Amino acid sequence: MENQTTGEGCGKGCGCHQEPDDQGRSTRRNLLKGAAVTLGAAAFAKALAPLATWSRDNLSVDDFLQQHYRELNKEQLAAVLKHLEEDAKKNYGADVVISDHRPQKGVKFGYALNLSICIGCRRCAEACHHENNHDRATGNSYIRVLEMQKGSMDLEHGNAHYEHPVPHPDKFYMPVQCQQCDNPPCVHVCPVEATWKEDDGIVVVDYNWCIGCRYCEAACPYHARRFNWTKPVVPKEEINPNQSYLSNRIRPQGVMEKCTFCLHRTREGKMPACLEACPTGARVFGNLLDPDSEIRKVIDNKRVFVLKEELGTKPSFFYFFDE
Amino acid sequence: MTAGSRLGRWMFFGVIALITLWFVAALALPWLQRERSKPGRAFSEKVIGDALHPVIIRTPEGMALVDSGKKDAKGQAVMVACATCHDTRDPNYKIDQGEALQEFHKGLNYQHGSLTCLSCHNANDYNSLKKADGQSLEFSQSMQLCSQCHGPQFRDYQNGSHGGMTGHWDLRQGSRERNTCTDCHDPHHPKYPLVLPVFPPKPVIGEAILPVDQSHPH
Repeated sequence: MENQTTGEGCGKGCGCHQEPDDQGRSTRRNLLKGAAVTLGAAAFAKALAPLATWSRDNLSVDDFLQQHYRELNKEQLAAVLKHLEEDAKKNYGADVVISDHRPQKGVKFGYALNLSICIGCRRCAEACHHENNHDRATGNSYIRVLEMQKGSMDLEHGNAHYEHPVPHPDKFYMPVQCQQCDNPPCVHVCPVEATWKEDDGIVVVDYNWCIGCRYCEAACPYHARRFNWTKPVVPKEEINPNQSYLSNRIRPQGVMEKCTFCLHRTREGKMPACLEACPTGARVFGNLLDPDSEIRKVIDNKRVFVLKEELGTKPSFFYFFDE
Repeated sequence: MTAGSRLGRWMFFGVIALITLWFVAALALPWLQRERSKPGRAFSEKVIGDALHPVIIRTPEGMALVDSGKKDAKGQAVMVACATCHDTRDPNYKIDQGEALQEFHKGLNYQHGSLTCLSCHNANDYNSLKKADGQSLEFSQSMQLCSQCHGPQFRDYQNGSHGGMTGHWDLRQGSRERNTCTDCHDPHHPKYPLVLPVFPPKPVIGEAILPVDQSHPH
């Protein structure tokens, strides 16, 4: 095209052959080059734009360079916890205590739920919402209560949106939360090892290490993981100040979260919040390794089953009906 | 020229060897340290004693009181002890519904199988209950009365799988409080009542909530 223009296209005496510099500036190629450079520079500037609004409030250098939770030594962890407490004060105005609760030796947690007794009142979901400092705007909770047709175990037909007085005579109610699998698909798919299974059976997330890819959410067959689409909104006076790094501290935007069997309570020997909130006593919690524990008596004496056993996830959460 | 190229070759292979060593070290060191960085290696250092804290079973009210239907000067309902009336009246064994009475207990919602009032209430002493064998029983011991008929529930209660509780799963670290029968079950109509569910899940933006039969066309 250019050859045509310069060689044959322009006639004799057009003057372009005498002014090569001028001609170099005005060709289509140079125009395209110039446009591409301008667009490229604009795109680059746009890509770097977040840096212009970057400040220590959003992400400090310390946050950015923080090690994985499992690689922190005691001093580093103490510094991180202190920093997180200051963040809670700054962002939410609340005085909170963030601890690092570790598993107890000789303890593996198990949970059982009596479907004959559960009436579907959703008080467990509500208690979870408050205990774990969930986002008030989305009404998030780690527990989803499914209304199921009696005689059916088809979770696909379970309905979480019911408003009539419960229990309906034709239905039974199945609260579903993290099953704390011994073979957890969510852990296997995490590309950055931000989620793992601890020695007491709890699958946890390092919220500071999670990149928010949501692979784990897709991998979980129980729909038990939640994503923080926005920065959680929690009124200052409603914040539960008893927090743990791996559990109910207020999560940052853009990370996954999940039920931890309230490890900030249960690793102190207490019952989970959902169990204490249950008005009918449908829930049983305890140490699977203790042969005298309530949970072991349920497993020994009741016909317990697990959800989606065929997937081989080996849940630590058991369901049963009274005979 | 030859010396220079030999030196150049040595330097080239030297750099290659250095980079290879770097790669091997970067792979080998984390592998050697894999035990240290495994999840959950660190346990709680808290020392827990063997002494067990108590399991406290809530006791029912010591004595039942009945609303007289009258209000005192402050607008509070006047409550009357059973013996106030029943000490001077003969029991009527035939009555098993509140409606059949002319005064008191008329609004009592009573739905408890085929039992009658005096199946559980003690006609000789209305300040106590009566077991099936005729022995009297304090109101505070009512779990014994219930468990005469509701054996499986009592067995499950003893195994810890019936009845709500609060406190500690680990009794070495703290106590536990357990409900008694009448905390959840009204003894006159023991079936757990219908309740309105709380805390409805908020729909995610874009999620269509259809009636159950329409949401799955297949």
